[in-house]
Amino acid sequence: MNRQSETHESNDGFRSSPILSRTKVRLHNVLSETGQAFTLFFQTLVQIFRPPLQFDLLIKQLLLIGVNSLAVVIVSGFFTGMVLGVQGYIQLKPYAVEGSVARFVCVSIVKELGPMITAFVLAGRIGASITAELSTMKVTEQIDALEVMGTNPVKYLVVPRFLACTIMLPTLTIFSTFAGIGGGFTAVVTLFDVNGSFFLLEAQKNLYVGSVLISLIKATSFGMAIAAVGCYKGFSISTAGGAEGVGTATTGSAVISLITILILDFVLNHILFNILGLV
Amino acid sequence: MISVKNVSKSFGKKIVLDGLDLEVPRGETVVIMGRSGTGKSVLLKLIAGLIPVDSGEIWFDDTEISKLKTKQMNVLRQKIGMLFQSAALFDSMTVAENVAFMLNQHTNYTKQQMLKIVDEKLELVDLEGVQSLRPAELSGGMRKRVGLARALAFDPDVILYDEPTTGLDPVTCTEINQLISDLHERLQVTSIVVTHDMHSAFSVGTLMVMLHEGRQIAHGTPDEIINIDDPILQQFVLFGAPDQILKMENPILKTYIGR
Repeated sequence: MNRQSETHESNDGFRSSPILSRTKVRLHNVLSETGQAFTLFFQTLVQIFRPPLQFDLLIKQLLLIGVNSLAVVIVSGFFTGMVLGVQGYIQLKPYAVEGSVARFVCVSIVKELGPMITAFVLAGRIGASITAELSTMKVTEQIDALEVMGTNPVKYLVVPRFLACTIMLPTLTIFSTFAGIGGGFTAVVTLFDVNGSFFLLEAQKNLYVGSVLISLIKATSFGMAIAAVGCYKGFSISTAGGAEGVGTATTGSAVISLITILILDFVLNHILFNILGLV
Repeated sequence: MISVKNVSKSFGKKIVLDGLDLEVPRGETVVIMGRSGTGKSVLLKLIAGLIPVDSGEIWFDDTEISKLKTKQMNVLRQKIGMLFQSAALFDSMTVAENVAFMLNQHTNYTKQQMLKIVDEKLELVDLEGVQSLRPAELSGGMRKRVGLARALAFDPDVILYDEPTTGLDPVTCTEINQLISDLHERLQVTSIVVTHDMHSAFSVGTLMVMLHEGRQIAHGTPDEIINIDDPILQQFVLFGAPDQILKMENPILKTYIGR
């Protein structure tokens, strides 16, 4: 294939490579989707404050998202704490500061891993499920049916899920944080012969109000992000997408949620620690 | 009652409706026919305000739909019932909850009042004793009937039917056609039926409109339609018309049958 055929003539007369053209199209798509996701996010915020709020729908989502995720969040948090306890002890012992393992576990779990693990579990479990449910409703015209019956789909479908995720993520984070500290405690006390009372005392000493606040701010933001991504991916599928479209949207939702959580975590760390100076 | 004036709609580069004009008089059942992709379902979605027009106007009595804001459109939609191609019942709800959905959302009726209306509407579509079933437990025909009962729940002025007989067996098709005709006679409701099923079109239609390449190429009563000498229309009619139409002594039909 000669060089000439590998190039495309763009609208402005310049020749561009196929890779550049594809990159342009992808970048355009990403920006366009981001814009649409933010539009849905702001529509949701507006609808939250527009009465009436349907409490029955909210309670149903709170139960689905919160109660049904509690066990998996506690188990994930507990084992993360155990791993952290074991690794922390092994890494700190050569420097003879293994006594700091409680601080290491406590600070890591409260500020970082508690909200992160909970968000990861919910992104996989709830974010994907929200997308699957909404996209199925879209391809089977149920969302059109809602609109024809004079009901705003954002108010009826997105608002309860968004609020439930925003409320339940910090709530579940509290459980996963306690489970994580419990896991760390169990691991170092049973495996390394660390004094239990000493561990708890050290953990308590290093647990600041600011740290808890950071944890809850992060968890709330992650909850909003999971719901926003899950709902957007569910709504953005075309009616002609069919089962394949539902599958693609669901996978995409989980992946985008995880990436969004990581980016958001970095941004929040920068804002909360560097700018606001929280500890 | 509904006037579509010079309406155009495109999706990307594909022109679906190209300056369409259409009149739907009050109390009539207007059948919109045309091959797949001619914009029949898009037209219904435009009338229901689900998608915006690119240009042109759609009037519902004295109100122009295409200029309404969401809140005003939601009020107008209470006068419109729609039966979707797939029935579009809410999977997570029972039949009774599906039928009562609009009442639950837009009225302060008690549960007893709503259940009474649900029973009445289900009786209208010849369905009883299914109130507590889920959509997944219903046959295709039953789902369409429940969809129709849901569309009737708010006593609409207009019912939009999107391919009401698609995917149903011939017996159920006939039952659904009969149901649409009965409802028209009993409720005197205005209906727009989108279909490419000629049995259905000639069974339920009091007026018929043929769309081709985004434009109206013929309209009239069923008797007038079979007398219009248009090859696109007649081929479409002849490929699926019921026997009683094909056996009629009509020179135009004979010309095309002869081909």
